[in-house]
Amino acid sequence: MMTASDPELTAALTAVLPAAQVLTTAEDLAVFAFDGTAILHQLPACVVMPETVEQVAAVLRVASERHVPVVTRGSGTGLSGGSVPCEGCIVLCLVRLNHILEVDTANLTMTVEPGVVTQMIAERAADVGLFYPPDPGSIRISTIGGNVANNSGGLRGLKYGVTRDYVMALQVAMADGQILTTGTKCVKDVAGFSLRDLFIGSEGTLGVITRITLKLIPQPAAKATLLGLFDEMTAAAETISAIIAAKIIPCTLEFLDRTTAECVEGYAHIGLPTDVAAVTLMEVDGHPAEVEEQAARIEQIARDHGARDVRRAATAAEATQLASARRTAFSALARRAPTVILEDVTVPRSRLAEMVAAIQRIAADHDVTIGTFGHMGDGNLHPTFLTDERNATEMARVEAAMKEIFQVTIDLEGTITGEHGVGLAKKPFLPAAVGPVAMEVMRRLKKDFDPAGILNPGKIFD
Amino acid sequence: MHSTTVAPSPADNLLMGLDYSVVQQCMHCGMCLPTCPTYVETLQERSSPRGRIAMMRAVADGKLDVTKAFADEMYYCLGCLACQTACPAGVNYAELIETARAEVERRNVLGSPQRNLLRSLLLQRLFTSRRRLHLLGRILRLYQRSGLERAVRALGLMRLAPKRLRELEPLAPRMSSRFTHEAFASDYMATNPVRPAYRVGLLVGCVADISFAHVNTDTIEVLQANGCEVVLPQAQECCGSLHGHNGDVNTARRLARINLDAFDVNGLDAILVNGGGCGSHIKHYDHLLAGDADYEARASTWSRKALDIHEWLEQIRVRPPRGSLATADGPLRVTYHESCHLKHGQGVSSAPRKLLAMIPGIELVELTEADWCCGSAGVYNITQPEMSAKLLQRKMGHIASTGAAVIAMGNPGCTVQIEHGLRQCGLAARVEHPVSLLAAAYRAEA
Repeated sequence: MMTASDPELTAALTAVLPAAQVLTTAEDLAVFAFDGTAILHQLPACVVMPETVEQVAAVLRVASERHVPVVTRGSGTGLSGGSVPCEGCIVLCLVRLNHILEVDTANLTMTVEPGVVTQMIAERAADVGLFYPPDPGSIRISTIGGNVANNSGGLRGLKYGVTRDYVMALQVAMADGQILTTGTKCVKDVAGFSLRDLFIGSEGTLGVITRITLKLIPQPAAKATLLGLFDEMTAAAETISAIIAAKIIPCTLEFLDRTTAECVEGYAHIGLPTDVAAVTLMEVDGHPAEVEEQAARIEQIARDHGARDVRRAATAAEATQLASARRTAFSALARRAPTVILEDVTVPRSRLAEMVAAIQRIAADHDVTIGTFGHMGDGNLHPTFLTDERNATEMARVEAAMKEIFQVTIDLEGTITGEHGVGLAKKPFLPAAVGPVAMEVMRRLKKDFDPAGILNPGKIFD
Repeated sequence: MHSTTVAPSPADNLLMGLDYSVVQQCMHCGMCLPTCPTYVETLQERSSPRGRIAMMRAVADGKLDVTKAFADEMYYCLGCLACQTACPAGVNYAELIETARAEVERRNVLGSPQRNLLRSLLLQRLFTSRRRLHLLGRILRLYQRSGLERAVRALGLMRLAPKRLRELEPLAPRMSSRFTHEAFASDYMATNPVRPAYRVGLLVGCVADISFAHVNTDTIEVLQANGCEVVLPQAQECCGSLHGHNGDVNTARRLARINLDAFDVNGLDAILVNGGGCGSHIKHYDHLLAGDADYEARASTWSRKALDIHEWLEQIRVRPPRGSLATADGPLRVTYHESCHLKHGQGVSSAPRKLLAMIPGIELVELTEADWCCGSAGVYNITQPEMSAKLLQRKMGHIASTGAAVIAMGNPGCTVQIEHGLRQCGLAARVEHPVSLLAAAYRAEA
């Protein structure tokens, strides 16, 4: 039976936290043994739910003294195994550090605790006419702390960038419990190394983010949403390249292949056609006149490149419905197969058509099913393996196909992960992607920040 | 129910017996979390659908025992099925939770002499027999209407009752002056259309039959006004949802068979129900009785014909009423609360709103979090009073801000709960079934 808890560790933790915030029963450990990644599974020794920064620091002091690993997480929606527990660890779950501390309309910033769900941040900003653009697919569930720790992207990366572009300042609890702050509300700030940028995307291996000051921008005045239907996948890819080449920067340029479109329609029932090879979701925002002009040009470009049809969302509600449906793509693919393995390879946009073709070829060569969707506008693709973890021979073919996809990505000057992080799932492929010198520098940094090696050990690299 | 202490094995663990694909379907993406009332209130992963499924899977894998903590969590779930609506992967949560609860009952981990006696009395004695329900209904009716209840309350006698009974007393629904069949026999049998366009059966419910008989008679009136001959079989029983949701699958099956025998399944155009909870259950009689050679075929016909009243009225293009419900002060402000099992269990969401919007003199205002559970959830308000009260409070806050005079809803459980909330908050609004408002508008034509 499941029991991983360690009575001495529990006693040390309950000395610094109320007992109700230290979870050790078999039932509680079972539900923290995974994140949003398929297959990976490990019971922690215990779970702590701090409610203040002081409690986070106290937990880290206990962990440091006892050399117990700490795996930090929020809602556990990670897609690379970054927040899957390691053996004997404390899971530091930050969902109760969930307060919006300040909305500063004079400086256009918002300061929040790490457990705030990102959607809440977007809504609070919208309430005062401001805009927090990063919108990962999991925006309604994932926490901002996890977004910063993984430098999450989303559907608007193309025009608005990623989480990193909106982080102005951080408060971080270091491995020994000391509290560090880095960055300010100042637009310009070059006082010393930008430590802030080291923590962004560090996947909980360098420190525990306990407070975040985010940059907000004005809400765009208008938006237009178009749906392009294509009989050929390459026509969709070429359309995307042509839009970028025409010097139009839409806020969203998404695509779904046929498999994905079928699954999304099966769930959302929004009238997505399922007899096409690719569906593109294209959104422009800004000044109404500019939006109107760009939408017309995009429609023309799509038709020139062989789109079967281009439809335009008639109402804001319809546009929201389309974007929300797109966000369900990953989960909806699970309708097809019990195990869904999602990748996020990214290539320079000029190489998109080559990458899409390579994925199709690799799927055929290895006899595996891959549904592909993603953020074509920024070159970030989500080839998704539809498989069954209990089928060992198929899993071996999936492994081989995945390796080949990573190699092709690197050959096309791309990156093995655009927005999900390395975690456990992509750890074996990192050295080939970044090279030996970068690996060595990262290891040295890790040793300096976390000499005892207690922070999310075994993630990103060993 | 029997008690056992043997370790689970695939042969006798109901979760292990489930097709593994049902357990494995959850890919723990977390899309359900923000829609789960118990997770949002507690932020405890174990009290989320994703967490509960992880525990069920651990049980199915033989890695976790069916403990009291597991059992408590299974019953802490409201069974509102909001997670099922939110789940892009198509996880059949309803089947998972019912199976998990059945396993909990089979292993008797929550068993105590009081609980076992109460379950046996309620599930196996009372809610399997309309005769006994009617008897209890008559006693309650006498208590409520003879002045005895008023006297007990005025004298503060309830203070002498145990705390639990004191809390429950205000939740006891008012008994109807006439139960459904009595009213039907005297007033409605003769008003069935002579040349009906449709022939439909009506499942009158268990509590609804004796406590919301007016909703049943309003339903009959509306159906007859739309060319339907209404058939009310005497031999029908409780639909069995109470049993299915509380881990007593065998009794649920027995009741399903009784109802399948009671209704002329092949001769009817539809089998209708006006309670969301019942509808959500009876539509799955086919699944419930799969493999039962004697009933399988009949159950599959039944499931095809079983519909919520709102769905049926939309299907037959219900006649818009000409009578207005406006009052001297202007239009009647109405808001709509979605019964969980109507919205999440059956996917019926727009039909009741359309029906309300077609009634002259109604100003329909949208309710914030209309599809968030009110905490009634079958017997949840009795078994989990704390969480239930939190959810009711949340619901009442949204209701108060609509300023509505009428809160419309299509489920008796929600009605009892929200009427209780209105009394607690001192709000003057009243609760109505959408069909009752439609019936009133037809009557206002005269």
